[in-house]
Amino acid sequence: MSEEKNIEQPSKQAKTFENPYYAKREVTGPDGQKFIVDPMKDYFSDECPTVHEPNSIPVVEKFLNWARAESLWVLGFGTGCGSIEIGPLLTPRFDAFRYGVMPRPTPRQSNVFIISGYLAVKTLKRVIRSYEQMPNPKYVLALGSCTINGGMYYDSYNTINRLDQYIPVDAYVAGCMPRPEALLAGFNKLKELIKAGKAENANEYAKNFDWYKANQKKIIKDWNMPDYNW
Amino acid sequence: MKDLINKLSKAYELSDVVYQRPNFTYATANKENVISLITQLRDLEGFSHFVLLSCVDWIEDNIFQLSYILNNPTQKYDLAIRCMIDRKEATMTSAHHLWEQIATYQRELKEMYGIEFPDSPRLNEDFILEGWDDIPPMRREFDTKKFSEETFFPRERPQSNDPATYMKNKMHPDEWDNTPSSKG
Amino acid sequence: MSLFNIDTDRSKYPQPGEDGKLVVDLDSHKYVKLWQGPNHPGVTGNMALELTLAGDEIVQAKTHVGYLHRGFEKLIERRLFIQGMQTSIRMCVAEPDTNEYVYCQCVEELSGIEIPEMAKWIRTLVLEMSRLQSFLRVVPGQGGTTGLGIGVQWGMYMRELILDRFEELTGGRIYHMYFTPGGVRGLLPDGFKKRMEESLIEIDDFVKRIDDVMYSNAVFKKRTVDVAVLDPRWVDKYGIVGPVARSAGFKRDVRKDYPYLIYNQLDFEAIIMNHSDIYNRSRVRWYELQQSVDLIRQIMAKMPDKGDFKAPTPNVLHWEIPKGEAYVRAESSRGEYGLYMVTDGSDKPRRVNLRGPSYTQAVCLLEDMLVGANIADVHSIMVSLQTCPPEIER
Repeated sequence: MSEEKNIEQPSKQAKTFENPYYAKREVTGPDGQKFIVDPMKDYFSDECPTVHEPNSIPVVEKFLNWARAESLWVLGFGTGCGSIEIGPLLTPRFDAFRYGVMPRPTPRQSNVFIISGYLAVKTLKRVIRSYEQMPNPKYVLALGSCTINGGMYYDSYNTINRLDQYIPVDAYVAGCMPRPEALLAGFNKLKELIKAGKAENANEYAKNFDWYKANQKKIIKDWNMPDYNW
Repeated sequence: MKDLINKLSKAYELSDVVYQRPNFTYATANKENVISLITQLRDLEGFSHFVLLSCVDWIEDNIFQLSYILNNPTQKYDLAIRCMIDRKEATMTSAHHLWEQIATYQRELKEMYGIEFPDSPRLNEDFILEGWDDIPPMRREFDTKKFSEETFFPRERPQSNDPATYMKNKMHPDEWDNTPSSKG
Repeated sequence: MSLFNIDTDRSKYPQPGEDGKLVVDLDSHKYVKLWQGPNHPGVTGNMALELTLAGDEIVQAKTHVGYLHRGFEKLIERRLFIQGMQTSIRMCVAEPDTNEYVYCQCVEELSGIEIPEMAKWIRTLVLEMSRLQSFLRVVPGQGGTTGLGIGVQWGMYMRELILDRFEELTGGRIYHMYFTPGGVRGLLPDGFKKRMEESLIEIDDFVKRIDDVMYSNAVFKKRTVDVAVLDPRWVDKYGIVGPVARSAGFKRDVRKDYPYLIYNQLDFEAIIMNHSDIYNRSRVRWYELQQSVDLIRQIMAKMPDKGDFKAPTPNVLHWEIPKGEAYVRAESSRGEYGLYMVTDGSDKPRRVNLRGPSYTQAVCLLEDMLVGANIADVHSIMVSLQTCPPEIER
């Protein structure tokens, strides 16, 4: 025991997270005119997400849900190791195109976000930004046991344990790692939910926005973006 | 390759030499000698390929062990140089001028262990972690499970039973009731 | 300097200052700062490049990694040696069997276990299959970076055939956990060799087709020949290994230089070329794909049918390994892949450090190689270096 006392514990380093990119500064334009740039205001929108109300006519809403369910456009953002099974999913063997699933390069064009496995804290920040950039209606499909309870990374200091605390999740696909067949089953389950009008989690996100933001800010220390960023 | 070790031992006071495999040797050198030793190995002895720079935390002895693994591609021979540095004032001479990749290893060690390498390029930039304000995570005293439970939201796990006692209880209930430990 | 050539002379580009930082005046309107990744179809995996451009030419590049950091090396320090198996194999998803091998070999070397002959043959077979499935992703993937999508579709199908054989042998598609300290978990199933041969015949056909479609394609040649040339002096400076070093004329192959398992009983030669541009780097991998197919055939012809496949180990739940350290290397599809393990006499490892080829190639080398390249070639360059982010940050 006496040896342990000799070990000096390093003090916690208090860091300040200031990035010069986000500071207000004066810029000279091409024509010599001077103007002030405030990236936190100019580069981001401060629009708060709104609830996407269903159509008042039930038949129209049912038709819209059918249309949404049959064209699931996936954001091509491989956030974890599960993304290695996205390749086989979209190539001839499993061919997810026949279910209307199609990869898109940008969040502006996609409405399904596949969280493929564990999420490091650094990625979570980018995931939140990408998720908020996606237009409504949008759905989240979480792959692997790591998104459910941390999986084998339950004690890691850098991966989150439960995804549904930070962004709303519509369907989980369990497994480590899930096979492409399981992914197809997950897509079909998501379709059923959308057709039944139950996949309304994006609205839950808008309603409980403050709760989600508080959870996100608890772990992301370097929060250099505005709260309502798109 | 024992000739080489004997030659170097005279000049650099190598100790704890371990001949692990016919073509792999470990040796410990003093902190002051390490950089000149690996410079000589690179320039004169043909150890042109730098494999790995790693750190081991011996918290009981209050030291960090830095391991420089060098490889001689022509003679197919590896030499790992260990070097012990003090844990309280963890500072080591930078070796980024010998191989450029060492700068990356030193950035990682600075972030994960808090070891200072003066003059190493981009040392203080974030490498892997972003906005980390706790003690460096790879140090032994950092408890990752406790940190994870406090920071992230652990999901309640189902109660699990010890299989031996559970089955005993299930299959031999009489026997189970009579054991003194079950009454307590 | 032509558009498709990289000049190794860096003097005409803005030079970094004394502190190693390049100061570019973004407000002068000569430069544009552009982030490529992490959410971008043109990066391999989850990493980011911070590029500073003058026109469409890159004057400065920085890699940002850490998006996949899980703290494996910390987690393994909390696991028993047998629990470390399932943790260690997930370090790199593209080729998990090499992780399994280096971890098991470290444990065996430190505890003094000699594995039986049959286990060595099966391990070699699994490692070569793993290299083959990795090449089947990356060789046509190089065509995919220049817009040739058909090769990717073919390659993915061929990879499925190998994954099916994996599933038959080990029970898993991606993560197999077939190796265990002391040997492997079982023998080959009945009829495995016959079905493997059927798969290999299809892959032989694929090799010929990809040569016609990709390597003889004028567009592909125009985009890759003499682009991103690797200066041979960089090989030792940056610690480059594997196909990238071999394409520059360095005969470095771990399987030949430091023969492990039963590679010394197999007949093969390290493949080298003498001019390392994107085309030749991809070509080396194409030859190695054929080499892997050939090696699998050799292994299946030479291996014994039956035998002891696992050496006895102590009770794995109370397995204490004496103090020591070991560095074990193996040849993955990307090059030398090593694991450094230190034990302290307890039932858990004291330190595990993985050294993947991407650690140097995707940070130092990529930052240097991208300077002067065209923005459209970034993805090709990254794929030609076979960048794998999980093994950089672990």
